[in-house]
Amino acid sequence: MRGHDADEFHFRPMGDRGLLIEFEESISPEIHRKVRALSQAIEGAGIVGAREVIPAYRSMLVNYDPRETSMDDLCLRIRELETKPDELDVSKSRRVRVPVCYGGDLGPDLTYVARQNGLTEDDVVAIHSGATYLVYMVGFLPGFPYLGGMSDKIATPRLQEPRTRTPAGSVGIAGAQTGIYPIESPGGWRIIGRTPIELFVAHEVPPARLLMGDYVEFVPISPSEFEEIRAGVERGRPGGCTQEAREH
Amino acid sequence: MSIEVLDPGLLTTVQDLGRAGYERHGIPPAGAADPYALRLGNLLLGNDEGEAGLEVTLLGPTLRFEEDCWIAITGADLGARVNGVEAPVWETVPVGAGDRLSFGTPKKGVRAYLTVAGGVDVSRVLSSRSTYLRAKLGGLDGRALKAGDRVGIRAASARHRRLPAEFVPAYGSAPLRVILGPQEGRFTREGIHTFLSSTYQVRPDSDRMGVRLQGPRIDHVGEADIISEPVCTGAIQVPASGQPIVLLVDRQTTGGYAKIGAVISADLPRLGQAMPGDRLTFAACSLEEAHGLLREREAGVSELKRIIEAGGLDCRRTLQVSTSAHTYTVEITTAAAKRVCVRVDGTAYDVTVEAQNAWAPPDSGEEG
Repeated sequence: MRGHDADEFHFRPMGDRGLLIEFEESISPEIHRKVRALSQAIEGAGIVGAREVIPAYRSMLVNYDPRETSMDDLCLRIRELETKPDELDVSKSRRVRVPVCYGGDLGPDLTYVARQNGLTEDDVVAIHSGATYLVYMVGFLPGFPYLGGMSDKIATPRLQEPRTRTPAGSVGIAGAQTGIYPIESPGGWRIIGRTPIELFVAHEVPPARLLMGDYVEFVPISPSEFEEIRAGVERGRPGGCTQEAREH
Repeated sequence: MSIEVLDPGLLTTVQDLGRAGYERHGIPPAGAADPYALRLGNLLLGNDEGEAGLEVTLLGPTLRFEEDCWIAITGADLGARVNGVEAPVWETVPVGAGDRLSFGTPKKGVRAYLTVAGGVDVSRVLSSRSTYLRAKLGGLDGRALKAGDRVGIRAASARHRRLPAEFVPAYGSAPLRVILGPQEGRFTREGIHTFLSSTYQVRPDSDRMGVRLQGPRIDHVGEADIISEPVCTGAIQVPASGQPIVLLVDRQTTGGYAKIGAVISADLPRLGQAMPGDRLTFAACSLEEAHGLLREREAGVSELKRIIEAGGLDCRRTLQVSTSAHTYTVEITTAAAKRVCVRVDGTAYDVTVEAQNAWAPPDSGEEG
């Protein structure tokens, strides 16, 4: 395909140095592939004035230097690009198992999520850990994976007012999304559990352990298993289960 | 060479112009919240404009210099003093070994930048020296300075230079200009009108991540949540509470709250100086106007670089001194904290100050 249909994606300014490119307003593997394909094409095209490209679920931000290009010229150049979402190199996708201790002090919102959806806490854990999730993007915080594939049965709106502190490793739900906080942070997600493994290590390359395109499974663990793995991580045996099951 | 931290102050961190290129891994740019002030401090000192300096927040640190060096203090006026004597801002200042820099009562703004000739020397992490506290990244072990730290600096010479008044940012209380969107459609017409016509007060829980505001509620059309997407510094998120949060340099890289607009680049330095309790207003701005203002500011910086390279900002005093026999042209420049360069009819003399005594001029002096 040469060039893009005018209605496949559209452009919006974000501030005076950002161009937001939006695809259809939904989360799907198909849109994910289109976003990845277009972001790779933009990066590969060496467009004058274009800077960092930050891909997300159904959109991407292209930062630009307005001294080198206008937003209109940038849009024109991007419309002309040839992209092939079907030929994406997916061989680097990995399957990563993440241990999670659900509920209790480590997952203070598990009860709320269950009640909100007319389920028991065990139901929520079974549904959350029974699926395979695609890392649609990494963002919000260093190494934070936005995971797609969560069941609507446990979807829960964000907190009205974000918490000022959410501990590292917290596993949360926001609307139909689920994710893991790699570092302590404020945030508005409903926290249902915590993983003892580290998802962000500043001096590793890449510093984020989960990458866009990875597949993730959550494995329920007990509080004592949590402590055991945590102790291992603190003794410098990082990763818990993450290093084990890599496959294509 | 290094600077010893006697008292770290409220929050003092190493910052440069930030960490570009890692947002896709969720790593924010960090860097100086008022990048213009950091750049100008570096330029005055003859540094590359992106050298790392110290970002000083509201209640400044007490520092001791272990060697002679040149510094500049730019950005907020936080009452800097060298050995107890008020130090000029937006001007290079020579300090000597053992001199102490301290800060008194904040006068204006919230973030001052201490730049040093040669630059602050810490390791780059992911191509930047900026401290990102939340992930313990960059700067000095990824944290704010604490008492007993020694911050390395690279030795370099500098000149006495003062920034011309027209380059000193006014900061002030003019409305922050914004490009509306990308989700202006998520707000009611009244909501957008409320945002552009009301005054918002900076909440005390504001930090380098975001300026949290309190004021008239901004109403959404339907829900406040969107499918998470990338954000930029200056983006104005409005969660369901209707109270806006303006994202600063330590912001998240993506967010799931609808954004009503984003502060333009030319006004980001003022945003970085917003202090808890300050009252902010916003005005809509076109992309063309924002780009024009940015080009104007950058043209100003380029012009400043040319002036500095041509020696146009070098502070010197030239005197005509007459004796009965001859008239001398004497040029005096500050070379360091206790060194003065005196040039008499083209011949340079380095004068070292060993002691300073009060001196009363003679009534009818012919000699200077």
